[in-house]
Amino acid sequence: MAKASTLRNMVSVLLVITAVSSASLGVMYQLTKAPKAAAEAAKQNFAIKAVLSGYDNEPAAEAYKTASFDGGDSLVCYPASKDGKPQGVAVRTWTTKGFSGLIRLMVGFDTEGNIINISVLEQRETPGLGSKMTGAEFKDQYSGKHPARNNLSVKKDGGEVDAITAATITSRAFSDAVNRAYKSLKFENETDH
Amino acid sequence: MEYVLIIISAIFVNNIVLAQFLGICPFMGVSNKISTSAGMGGAVVFVMTIATVFTYLIMHYILIPLQIEFLQTITYILVIAALVQMVEIILKKVSPAMYQALGVFLPLITTNCTILGVAILVIQKGYSLAESVVFAVATALGFALAMVVFAGIREQMELVNIPKAMRGVPVALITAGLLAMAFMGFAGIV
Amino acid sequence: MNHLTNFTKGLMKENPVFVLVLGMCPTLATTTSALNGLSMGLATTFVLMLSNVAISLVAGLIPDKVRIPAYIVVIASFVTIVDMLMAAYVNSPGPGGEPSLYDQLGIFIPLIVVNCIVLGRAESFAAKNRVFPSLLDGAGIGLGFSFALTLLGAIREILGSGSVFGLQLLPKSMNILVFVLAPGAFIALGYLIVMVNKLKK
Repeated sequence: MAKASTLRNMVSVLLVITAVSSASLGVMYQLTKAPKAAAEAAKQNFAIKAVLSGYDNEPAAEAYKTASFDGGDSLVCYPASKDGKPQGVAVRTWTTKGFSGLIRLMVGFDTEGNIINISVLEQRETPGLGSKMTGAEFKDQYSGKHPARNNLSVKKDGGEVDAITAATITSRAFSDAVNRAYKSLKFENETDH
Repeated sequence: MEYVLIIISAIFVNNIVLAQFLGICPFMGVSNKISTSAGMGGAVVFVMTIATVFTYLIMHYILIPLQIEFLQTITYILVIAALVQMVEIILKKVSPAMYQALGVFLPLITTNCTILGVAILVIQKGYSLAESVVFAVATALGFALAMVVFAGIREQMELVNIPKAMRGVPVALITAGLLAMAFMGFAGIV
Repeated sequence: MNHLTNFTKGLMKENPVFVLVLGMCPTLATTTSALNGLSMGLATTFVLMLSNVAISLVAGLIPDKVRIPAYIVVIASFVTIVDMLMAAYVNSPGPGGEPSLYDQLGIFIPLIVVNCIVLGRAESFAAKNRVFPSLLDGAGIGLGFSFALTLLGAIREILGSGSVFGLQLLPKSMNILVFVLAPGAFIALGYLIVMVNKLKK
């Protein structure tokens, strides 16, 4: 059974064990590095594809960061283009005003700032209530609208968004994240409003 | 403002025990008396703060520059185990009174998943060192709060006649469920 | 030693969740659905089997005073390996864009390290037994853990979302929301243990 403990064998045994395990982890890391990176990239492309379409570049490869208009975490933008012509941009945006705090969305804009589609990346809202924001019924209201021309706040606040029943805070937070994306971005071909 | 949000969210809204399910073992195991659970809570506040600072520095000044972030779990658990031992030795020498109060809980803390959990969480959330410390202290306070409240309820419950099959763990779990429900009322205040 | 009992004792008589009440954190946190519970259980089983085998092989060479840190290093290595494999192979989002299995289990994968079941089996069984019984012990306890997590996950899923393994059985109007939330985890597990206690008599 267990050996008597002397300082020398304690130190050497621990050294051998840590050396062996870090070496094997290093090997494992090299083996799984490529598939892991591929999985992460696929996840990102999946989210971009959900909110933009008709592009032929790699938006994830051209990603850049932009500061949020009111400070706080920066937003990540994925520009989409076809044959070198810009088609729009997918923006990874956030709000901390959700019922359970942080919500992250991916919002797709065309070149003029019209919303194409939105997908929810991360949320911890109450299942069955606030979590309904991931459903088409709520988030598709935003599609085709323009954050500067349409008032994208909930009807209770004078806007044109139907809030989720019993989840006004979540609905407000959703609009907050969308507006943050728009306001933090500069749209060149903006039409008058 | 940022810090106030982190504090309120970590103590009440996302309470580490009742909403995130970390540290259930000590929460169930040493919550029979208010005094012991307060002692455990105090020890966790102490160790969690130190451990988070150390692991944060190790992550940013050793693991990331050397590009060996994949050794995170293994490094963290060893650092935490060593830290707990050191805290125990130092406390015994420097402040015997504090050692008297917290000493018995220290060995239990190595296997308390809140410590490792918070150390990993602050990296995942991308907090700065100052934010990490605030988050660690607030989370630990949330843990202590849940422990003490729960112990208070359990002390009262000793006087109640409970069906035999429900005694011990089951009724403790159900009580914790009701307590978690009460804490859900804090959602939406941040 | 009877190999069969080494394997079967973990399933019911020494079930880590229902009887020994160990590993509560992942049990409560990852059982929002049957599939999540099962996946977490299997990830833990994998770590348990490998660490039991490795520790039963090296236990005789490790000085007594450093045995716990040595075991922890071994366990942490296997946990990291599981974490890497899951990040690489079960990390694609679902058809509706729901988070990948790896993202759903999240921080509870690295936290298998501090699951007291793993270190407990290393110390109380693997260190004192040969390789094959240790492997069986790890598999049995691991599967018992998986069984408990799947059962709890299935109960919470059917009460909370009306489905089992994603298969819709009850209409949405019959969902009892609280069971997929934090309080439901405590309450469902509490009553499950009550039932196990009743059945034991």
